[in-house]
Amino acid sequence: MSEHTVKAFDEDITRLRGLIAEMGGLAELSIQESLDAMVRGDQELAEGVVKRDKKIDALESEVDKLAVRIIALRAPMADDLREVIAALKIAGVVERIGDYSKNIAKRVGKIEGRGTFEPLTLLPAMGEIAAEMVHDVLTAYASRDPVLAREVIATDEKVDAFYNSIFRNVVSYMVENPKIISSAAQLLFVARNIERIGDHATNVAEMVHFAATGSYPPDDDTA
Amino acid sequence: MQPRGAFPWPGVGLAIATALVLVAATGQFLLTCAVLFVWLGTIWLSHWTPPEIQRVTEVEAYDAQRLARLIENSGTPILLTKRSRIIVANKTARKVLGNYVLDQDARVAFRQPGAIKLIDAQANGRTRIRGLARRRDEWLFNRQQLDDDLAVIELINLTSEVDISRAHTDFVANASHELRTPLASIIGYVETLIESEDSITPQKRQKFLGTIQSEAKRLQNLVSDLMSLSRVEAEKHDRPQDTVNLRPLVEKAAGDGAGAERMQRLQLEFSDEPAILGDPRQLEQLVRNLVDNALKYGAHDKPVSVRLDITESGEPRLSVSDQGDGIPAEHIPHLTRRFYRTDPGRSRASGGTGLGLAIVKHIVERHAGRLDIVSQRGQGTTFTVRFPRPAEAAEGS
Repeated sequence: MSEHTVKAFDEDITRLRGLIAEMGGLAELSIQESLDAMVRGDQELAEGVVKRDKKIDALESEVDKLAVRIIALRAPMADDLREVIAALKIAGVVERIGDYSKNIAKRVGKIEGRGTFEPLTLLPAMGEIAAEMVHDVLTAYASRDPVLAREVIATDEKVDAFYNSIFRNVVSYMVENPKIISSAAQLLFVARNIERIGDHATNVAEMVHFAATGSYPPDDDTA
Repeated sequence: MQPRGAFPWPGVGLAIATALVLVAATGQFLLTCAVLFVWLGTIWLSHWTPPEIQRVTEVEAYDAQRLARLIENSGTPILLTKRSRIIVANKTARKVLGNYVLDQDARVAFRQPGAIKLIDAQANGRTRIRGLARRRDEWLFNRQQLDDDLAVIELINLTSEVDISRAHTDFVANASHELRTPLASIIGYVETLIESEDSITPQKRQKFLGTIQSEAKRLQNLVSDLMSLSRVEAEKHDRPQDTVNLRPLVEKAAGDGAGAERMQRLQLEFSDEPAILGDPRQLEQLVRNLVDNALKYGAHDKPVSVRLDITESGEPRLSVSDQGDGIPAEHIPHLTRRFYRTDPGRSRASGGTGLGLAIVKHIVERHAGRLDIVSQRGQGTTFTVRFPRPAEAAEGS
């Protein structure tokens, strides 16, 4: 982006981007840790994730305030306006991603018989893809890279496919082992949360694309 | 200027008295006045302390441009930040993080919470961060404040260290997985046979027993591979002393590796009869593994050639080539890792343990040789082992 005549405006935008990146970093860590906690049954780690969500929420409201202030005081135009609007929306979505991680973390204690619970081994692979999407979309945001953003959007298919296969797996597992149905049901919600994280990463990718180019990415041509 | 003590009135008095005497004696008024003026002037000057010579020690501010030139070609990623904005990133940093980081908020480049804490607090310190350029990498983030505004950030890549320790854990996890899988199916089938002894047809029983046998064999292979791997590793540092004539050894071992039914696919070409210092048992295993691999993964109707010759520089060379699909280039560096498989399903189905090439690599290393793998997609793969010249090997030992 070229420099603005009003230096303070540059500083505001840079700060806004910094805040979004900070939120993203926290959300990324939360996803990773909530899944680790889920697989290992680590209650302490899960509590850390739940606590971190407060910080993400605080950052979101800071982004909101700053974005509104920029719009009110500097009346940005064209790509600057897109940047601010996108930041505003992205902050909301990243906050949701944080919520989903918190949700996963909260379910850690509700899964019993972890050692022999087979479907649990499917989750990390799915979580890995979703976490990678979030990582990539944040990099795309930082580098204003529409190509990377489109790649992220294409990856969402994989997460969806994973979700479907886990769903089928868990359901058939429930049929075979009625004893652990409650744990398995929790697992379905976890898988659902991961799937939602993937969807939200896609949303962020769309906004990154919008901020960078001014248009939303063309509707999935790979599908 | 500071006065130096009381004004020297006696000196002034003396000067005036002398002047009066001089005028009285000579009558030269003007000259005397001039002498008196100079005299009084010196007295007056000597009364004041001279101004102190100010030594201007310029505290040179850090010049970002100069610092940028200094760090530009460093192999370590180094960045300069002004308040929290990145103003300089050296070549390596731009390569690792991407060109976009310049002029961005440092938090955009380092969104890891640990790093952000240091940036926000404007503190000196170091922390480990994960997922900087790729998601699984690990870096040491070191931030030092230079002055009120400028800070320098240095990044040290720890990924390979972390990888090594991860590889060890992976090995244990893999080994237990590989050992457990055949055991689980053996136990499963045996249980079925015991529980449903009456209801089972003889054909089914035969089939179950066949599976048990093949799984047990696989387990046996795996255990013996693991044993020989650790044996080779244990002997890694003592160089072999026996002189081995390679030709008969290769001939015998290749035959063993192929077995009677695959014998006709084997083409042996011996153009020299080199002898090396080696461990015959291990060398046999090396040849067996290479030949077995080539026959297993090469095209099943095409021959496998085993060549033995001496290179122009006098090194004994053994090469085993198949005519198969070849190996994608991205797999080649990992082939000698334990339990690494390019296609897990196929390799297990054909009874591979995933340890064959790891053993080959260790044997080659023990003989101070070199292993080259060349593969052309659709043409085939050639494994070449070059041993040191016999004279060199003797010196080295």
